[in-house]
Amino acid sequence: MIEVNGKQVEWRKDETVDGLLKRMGYSFPIVIVRVNDRVVPYTEFSRFVVPDNSKIDVVRLVSGG
Amino acid sequence: MVDLRKREEVRGKLRRVSVGIAGLGGLGSNAAVSLARAGVGKLVLVDFDKVEENNLDRQYYFRHQIGKFKVDALAENIRSIDPSVEVDGFNLRLERGFMEKPFNDVDVVVEALDDAEIKAAFIEEILSKLPGKPLVAASGVAGYGSSDNIKTLRLGNLFLCYDEHAPSSEESVLIAPRVALIANWEANLVLEIVLNRWLSD
Repeated sequence: MIEVNGKQVEWRKDETVDGLLKRMGYSFPIVIVRVNDRVVPYTEFSRFVVPDNSKIDVVRLVSGG
Repeated sequence: MVDLRKREEVRGKLRRVSVGIAGLGGLGSNAAVSLARAGVGKLVLVDFDKVEENNLDRQYYFRHQIGKFKVDALAENIRSIDPSVEVDGFNLRLERGFMEKPFNDVDVVVEALDDAEIKAAFIEEILSKLPGKPLVAASGVAGYGSSDNIKTLRLGNLFLCYDEHAPSSEESVLIAPRVALIANWEANLVLEIVLNRWLSD
């Protein structure tokens, strides 16, 4: 199992950050993703494989400042 | 009545604090002024833009400053409030790969940028290149009302002032009350971080 934004979610072998975001139905264009206290750069979303028992935070960023 | 002793104690601590602010629009200009009023000793301000007439509905500039660089206009406004605040202005565009540069030596960094993609790149770079440095950021500034939806989300060294339901500035308006509210939320988080750290040290 993994935890995504406080929710228990089934872990899938070889699933990347991109894959997980898709599975969770997160369609936000810009997000910050943290896996076990480490921010995963956007450029690594398609390569970074989520380990089992991970704690994942996904934060949506919108323009405005 | 104001407890002068307590006030001086807090201001004495803040006097030794430096804060870097990336972006001097609605968030950055209002946060900078609040931090200057609070007595923060040094502000490092970064922006490449000039003051425009349509900034005046929410940003801390005045009509006679239209056309000036924001770093210069804001330094001028801070000087008018408290000339003892040290202001380091960098009139430059933050470039990917070097975004942390102006902020190496500050105690806390404030993300006050506009574009979501640049916000994300900045947050990624600061967290990875300046580990241990507290970073205050914001998302969900646009619109009006719904103040109660704003929360502080803490992820390690990232303190995000966050409204997960808020529209983007492309979908809604940027307007003074909510912009100033979130700017001051960021400034208030800075104080919480630096004062509580001192307390726990």
